[in-house]
Amino acid sequence: MYTWIWRHLPGPVAVKLVQTLVLVALVSALLLFVIFPWLEPHLPINQVTVPGNK
Amino acid sequence: MTETTAVAPPPATPERRPARSAGDRVRFVLRGVGQTLITLGLVVLLFVVYEVWITNLFAAREQKKVTQALIKEWQKENALALPGSQDPTVPIGTGLGILYIPRLGRDYHFTIVQGSVIPDDAQLEQGPAHYKNTALPGKVGNFAVAGHRVGKGEPFLNIDKLRSGDAVIVETRSAWYVYRVLGTPAGKNPGSVHEDVKVAAGGTVSLPGREIVDPSAGRVLDPVPDHDGMQPASALMTMTTCHPKFTASHRMIVYSKLVTKVANEAALKMPASVLALYDEVKA
Repeated sequence: MYTWIWRHLPGPVAVKLVQTLVLVALVSALLLFVIFPWLEPHLPINQVTVPGNK
Repeated sequence: MTETTAVAPPPATPERRPARSAGDRVRFVLRGVGQTLITLGLVVLLFVVYEVWITNLFAAREQKKVTQALIKEWQKENALALPGSQDPTVPIGTGLGILYIPRLGRDYHFTIVQGSVIPDDAQLEQGPAHYKNTALPGKVGNFAVAGHRVGKGEPFLNIDKLRSGDAVIVETRSAWYVYRVLGTPAGKNPGSVHEDVKVAAGGTVSLPGREIVDPSAGRVLDPVPDHDGMQPASALMTMTTCHPKFTASHRMIVYSKLVTKVANEAALKMPASVLALYDEVKA
């Protein structure tokens, strides 16, 4: 997959490198700000309450 | 990452593309599997970064908003909807007081927000959240607050560091309430010491300073914690968080009892007697 992406990026190595960094940043941002916030409430971590009883 | 590539044969020459042999196809598939596993590993690592760091950034913003709103409210002539004012109903999601814990440092302060009957994720991201149906700060009964242990501002990250007798301070518009973690003698692991707490029927019940309970243990929120149906005679405070860190398997509960109340004459300006509590934990 990574080889395929690298082959299809246009331009010389330096330009490819910059594009790669942009892609990594995009994917990270998507994960951090969209996917993880959505996913987190569904995971059994960080639950801090007990049932309110009245 | 070498351990992942261990399953793959020695790397083929990736740039040249002659006609594919059977071996090439195997290499192709194995490389795909390896890269997928590495990618998943990186995504999991990134999730850890998100959980312990990024969520704190979001939560800090929420906490700041709610604190500023609270201070503004306190500066009003007729602040409504605050403990100590005429109408004690605090709207959900707004601040009701500020929490200080000397043991956790001079810079430790969090605005406690009004939560639902069970505080939800949005409220807990704002700050430690009050279980709506439990007592308000300083009132006889049980003032119960939930807070995150890891990430989301992590107000209760180091709550396991509290010792018996440690001060837990709650500032409302009307007063500074000083609670102390249950357990005698002071300075011990609160999970191993108990303290007698007065109840309305006369006599006392013995409560620990800290306990680890099942997630379903709503009894810790009772007016007299762990004693269903009993009427309280003391003002107690209960803090709940997750335990162990990062999990949902148990809850850590810390109990404290109101010992002093000092009138709040100037918001955010600690009276000398409250400030002196910080000297107790210098050791």
